[in-house]
Amino acid sequence: MAEKLLKTFNVRHLQVLDDTGKADSRLMPRLSARQLVELYGLMVLCRRFDEKALSLQRQGRLGTYASVLGQEASQIGAAYALGKADWVFPTYRDASILIVRKQPMVRVLQYFGGDERGSIPAEGVNNFPISIPVGTQGLHAVGAGMAATVQKKKFAALACFGDGATSEGDMNEAFNFAGVFKAPVIFLCQNNQYAISVPVKRQTAAETIAQKAIAFGFEGIQVDGNDVLAVYSATAAALKKAYAGKGPTLIECLTYRIQNHTTSDDASKYRSAAEVELWKKKDPVARMRKFLERKKLWDNRKEAELAAKVERQVSEAVSEYEAVPKPEVDDIFKYQYEELPGFLRRQMDDYKNLVEGK
Amino acid sequence: MVEMNLIQAVNSGLKCAMEGDASVVVLGEDVGMDGGVFRATEGLLKKFGPARVMDTPLAESGIVGVAIGMAVAGLRPVPEIQFSGFLYMAYGQLVNHAARVRNRSRGKFTCPLVVRTPYSGGIRALEHHSESLEAIYAHVPGLKVVIPSSPYDAKGLLISAIKGNDPVVFMEPSRLYRAVKEEVPEGSYTVPIGKAKIVKEGSQITVISWGSMLQQTRLALNHTNVDVELIDLRTLKPLDVETIITSVKKTGRCVIVQEAPRTGGFASEIIALVNEQAIFSLKAPVARVTGFDTIFPLYKLEDHYLPSTERIINAIEATANY
Repeated sequence: MAEKLLKTFNVRHLQVLDDTGKADSRLMPRLSARQLVELYGLMVLCRRFDEKALSLQRQGRLGTYASVLGQEASQIGAAYALGKADWVFPTYRDASILIVRKQPMVRVLQYFGGDERGSIPAEGVNNFPISIPVGTQGLHAVGAGMAATVQKKKFAALACFGDGATSEGDMNEAFNFAGVFKAPVIFLCQNNQYAISVPVKRQTAAETIAQKAIAFGFEGIQVDGNDVLAVYSATAAALKKAYAGKGPTLIECLTYRIQNHTTSDDASKYRSAAEVELWKKKDPVARMRKFLERKKLWDNRKEAELAAKVERQVSEAVSEYEAVPKPEVDDIFKYQYEELPGFLRRQMDDYKNLVEGK
Repeated sequence: MVEMNLIQAVNSGLKCAMEGDASVVVLGEDVGMDGGVFRATEGLLKKFGPARVMDTPLAESGIVGVAIGMAVAGLRPVPEIQFSGFLYMAYGQLVNHAARVRNRSRGKFTCPLVVRTPYSGGIRALEHHSESLEAIYAHVPGLKVVIPSSPYDAKGLLISAIKGNDPVVFMEPSRLYRAVKEEVPEGSYTVPIGKAKIVKEGSQITVISWGSMLQQTRLALNHTNVDVELIDLRTLKPLDVETIITSVKKTGRCVIVQEAPRTGGFASEIIALVNEQAIFSLKAPVARVTGFDTIFPLYKLEDHYLPSTERIINAIEATANY
């Protein structure tokens, strides 16, 4: 009898840009100057959209909204790396992912404005509707990935979730199925450190979320979630692996939710202003701008032009959103089944007779 | 035509569906090498290979959850949940997602998914293997609930469910898996979902049942002279209201036989419909024969729980002679 060491594991952390926007040239992803500028442009657009959505909510022009503020790098870096045929399974806090994935902003607003038509993806883009029950959509991503394998098609699935979701049974079942079936899936965990008020140390005793992948037999990596280039790089690598049939990857984006959980929450009850200030200094959008300035790809004039452009785009989306006619009563009934069953037709007709009779 | 029992008919239905459409896949616990604990998937792994017949990890929510993703991304998955008592673990996935995919995406995405699961008691099993909680699925908007009671219907309904584009909970009465044999075509055919079957025409009383209790009800009819019209619902959702109401209007009397507990069971819904649409044809109160509002007992007492022919006969005669 002897005791021996069977396995040891390491967990990597990746950062390409430091807080001052200085890049580690050895770790730079292959992105052209045009792409780097485009990435930054998307970050500015998504941030402006987010601010606008919050302000619309405060004015009573939008329903409950979950702000992305502070998490733009995690969302935009990952979404930017995906191919058109890939699938995305988003949560309620993934508006930036959706926008990068060609979801018209007007539809994102429609969704949070209480209209299911906001979940209809742009033609030819596989954005699944937002999932509200936490951690349940990871399994759908794995199933979509398994479907790619069965159909011998080249696409992968991005499962979006947060630190809180890693406590859910379904999420752990998703990791397990993905590992066993080597499914082409990217698990994108935005560890924003709070599930509403509960800090990540109450979700897990593990030091990182990335290391959870090891137990399920695949690779996990932690990245600086406020570094868009690190997130892009890790996602691009995971995607390449997925396409090659080498299975899933868990990417933990270490980031921070600057805003309240949703517009119905008050985060000052459970975290200090000092902590929030600390994270504001790590702002992902400012960091990318500093990087572009260092590379001489950006200046104040370009910034002003960009600001004016996104302002126009967002304003147009808002005008369009507010001009969308209300959905019809029929829409409540029409999409329950492929064909409207008799019992539902009766309920619909009875109700419409009542409403229209008035 | 070949003589088949219900489980053989299910197996044959799966085989036909998989032969006819390469997007049909089967997944679940023990469905591959073992051919399923009841043998529903026997021979499928050998015929269609491991890409389409998947032994999965032991996780019911996971099985249904990945099946939803597969369905959305172009497959027609037919997951097996080994016993309906374990389907509750996947209830969240069914209610929160499978049932809502079409509505949530305004028809852009669909979820053609058929969850097969054995249900019902009388098989001398352990706890959780004998339950009949079909009503909790029928209650969910967006789901279809299909429960065959004969080999012919089982195969035809299963193929219909797989060909359809809506999620279906397909509950198979385990007690009847090997109870009766009948002639079943070897090739593919469909039995429409949403259509009840008049098993026997009659004039004095309408008796409605489905799945596991159908056989017991048929036996009961041999012991009474009342002229019964027997209806096998076959689909609980969408329910064939017309067949029920037409029959009750004709006979003026109605008895419903269900194995499930009484409170909030599907019989309650049928009684409400009869009240709404046929109450002035009634010559007697509608009666229901059901399981008790108790936990399903372990097998030393299960025969007391299951509605017996005696209880069914009593209800039929009391209603007929009211």
